[in-house]
Amino acid sequence: MLKIEFETPPLGELLVTPPVQPDAMAHSRPFVAKPEHQQGLGFPGELVDNWQDVALEKMDELLGKYRSLPVFLDSCVKCGACTDKCHYYLGTGDPKNMPVARQDLLRKVYRRYFTLAGKWFPRLVGAVELSEDVINDWYSYYHQCSECRRCSVYCPFGIDTAEITMAGREILASIGVGQKYSNEIIGKVHIIGNNLGLPEPALANTLEGLEEEVEEDINVPVKFPLDQHGAEVLLVTPSADFFAEPHVDGLIGYAKVFHQAGISWTLSSYASEAANFGIFIGNYENMQKVAQRIRQAAIDLGVKRIVVGECGHAWRVAYSFWNTLIGPFDFLDPAYPAPQHICEFTYDLLQGGALKLDTEANDDKVVTFHDSCNVSRGSRLGNVPGGQFTIPRELIRSACSHFVDMAPETIHEHTFCCGGGGGLLTDDLIELRVKGALPRAQALQQVIEQHGVTHMAAICAICKSQFSKVLPYYGMEMDMIISVHQLIGDALVFDSEH
Amino acid sequence: MAFELNGRTYETDEEGYLADLSEWNREVAGYMATEDDCDLSENHWEVINFLREYYEEYQIAPAVRVLTKAIGKKLGKDKGNSKYLYELFPYGPAKQACKYAGLPKPTGCV
Repeated sequence: MLKIEFETPPLGELLVTPPVQPDAMAHSRPFVAKPEHQQGLGFPGELVDNWQDVALEKMDELLGKYRSLPVFLDSCVKCGACTDKCHYYLGTGDPKNMPVARQDLLRKVYRRYFTLAGKWFPRLVGAVELSEDVINDWYSYYHQCSECRRCSVYCPFGIDTAEITMAGREILASIGVGQKYSNEIIGKVHIIGNNLGLPEPALANTLEGLEEEVEEDINVPVKFPLDQHGAEVLLVTPSADFFAEPHVDGLIGYAKVFHQAGISWTLSSYASEAANFGIFIGNYENMQKVAQRIRQAAIDLGVKRIVVGECGHAWRVAYSFWNTLIGPFDFLDPAYPAPQHICEFTYDLLQGGALKLDTEANDDKVVTFHDSCNVSRGSRLGNVPGGQFTIPRELIRSACSHFVDMAPETIHEHTFCCGGGGGLLTDDLIELRVKGALPRAQALQQVIEQHGVTHMAAICAICKSQFSKVLPYYGMEMDMIISVHQLIGDALVFDSEH
Repeated sequence: MAFELNGRTYETDEEGYLADLSEWNREVAGYMATEDDCDLSENHWEVINFLREYYEEYQIAPAVRVLTKAIGKKLGKDKGNSKYLYELFPYGPAKQACKYAGLPKPTGCV
C-alpha cells in the first residue's frame, strides 16, 4: 500500500496555535490527473505549451464571471483574524496554510496583471509574475484547503477562501494540471452516474442484499426501491451509502423511516449520486452536468419530491445552487421544499407524530455531533436560521438519551472540517488529512474524557470515511463515527398498522 | 509505475494497483502482499477470489455488506463482519484486498 512517512501530531490542548514551520507541507501534492481524466471533463490532457497565457486568460474570465472573486482579492487588509482559524494550519504549522497566505498565492499574481499598482510598481504591492514556482505552490496549497469556509466566519470582510481555492484549482485544470482524485470521480459520474462507478446491476444486487439483511435483522419487509416510476420521493444520496461502513447503516435508517412513514420512494440508477465534485474543482459546467442527472431522473421517474441523503457538499450544491443550475422545480409538488434534506424530512415526520422512537435502543451510547462544514456554513436546514444546527441535534436527542456537545468554538458555524473535505479524501494526502483532523480530534478527546462519549454522529459521507480512517491515528476507534440516521433507524419503533 | 516478477513487467498506477486486470495471477497477489509484509492465508484467498468473481460479473468491487455476507457464508458467521476483514486487511478490505485481487482502487467518498 502507499507508504507515506509522517508523524501524527500529539493531541495536546484544544486549539493551541502551533509555532510557524515554513514549508512544513511544501512536499504535499496530490496525484495529477491523467489525460483521460482531464479530457472527459473538457480540460486539456496535460500541461499546455502556452500555459501562462491560458492561465491568465482563465483568471480574467473568472474575475468577470464571479463578481465575488475580485472583491475578495481586493479587500483583504491583512488584519490576521484568519491566521489561526484553519485546521490545516493548526495541524501543520505551515504558514502558507494561514488562509490569508494561501489566498495571497493567487492575489499576488492578480495584482501583477490586473491592478494598476501591480503593473507599474509590482515590488511595492507584493505582485509577482506567474512563474512555474507559483504554479507549483498553487497545486500544493490549493490542495491543502478543504473549502470549509471556517476562516470566512472570522474574516471582518467575509472573504471566502473557498472561492479563491476553487478559482486556483479551475485555473490549474484549465492549463492541464488537474487533480486525479476529483477529476477521475467526476468522469465516472458523467459516464456511470456515481462517484464509485457502481453500475446499475451491481447497485440492484447491493440493494437486494440490504433488503434481505434488514428483514432478517428486524423481521420487517423494509424495501430499497430502485428506478420505481411514480414513487412520491426520489432519494439521491452519496454512493458511499451503498458501499461503505458506517454509511450503509445511515441508508438503512432512511429506508426504515420511509417504510414506517408509508411514503413511497425510489433511488435512481441514472442519478445514483448526491455528491457533486464539480464544486470542489470550481468548475461550473461540470457541476451543472453532474446536477442535471438528478433533474432528469426526477422527471423520468415522475416523482413529486426530491430528498437528499447525508452528504455535506451535496446539500450545499442542492440548497444553494440547484435552483440556478438545474431549476426551476415546477414539476415537483410545491407543498414541500425542493430540495429537501433527509434530516428535514425525518424531523417533519417526528414533529407530525408519524414516527415513534425508543431511545432505549441507543442507551449503550453517549453521542456527540460533528457539524459538517458545508451544511453549517454553506446552507441551512428547516425554515429558521440555525436550523442546520438544531435539527440534527433534535434528531439525535429523539433517538438517544445521552447527548453532549463538543467545545463551543468547534461546533455550529465554528465547526472544524473533518480534514478530508473539498476533494482531499484521498490516500495520497493522508498526511494532510491526519494533521488537518487534529482540532476535531482534540475536541472529541475532551468530551470522551469529560463525558464518556462513545460515538460521534455526522451527516456527511466524507466526514464518515475520513474519521473512520484518521481517528485511529489519534488512538480512537474507527467505529466511533456513525450516521445520524443509523441512530434513528435503530430507535425506530415499527407499528404494524402501516 | 511498474514492477518486475518472474521475468515479466507489470504496469501499475501510482499506488501499485495493476493497470491491466487481465495480467493478474496468483503470484502477482503474493508479491503485492509481501511488499506490505502480509502473508496470504487461505482466508485471504477466500476474500480475493470472491472479489474477482464479483468483479467479473459486475465490473465493480462488492459493497462492504455484500462482501461480509459472502465471507460469512464461506468462512462462518463469526467472520462475516468488517472487524474480521480489517484483521485480514488492516489497510481496509476494500482498498487492500482489491489491490491484491488486481482490481482498480475504489473511488469516491470511501
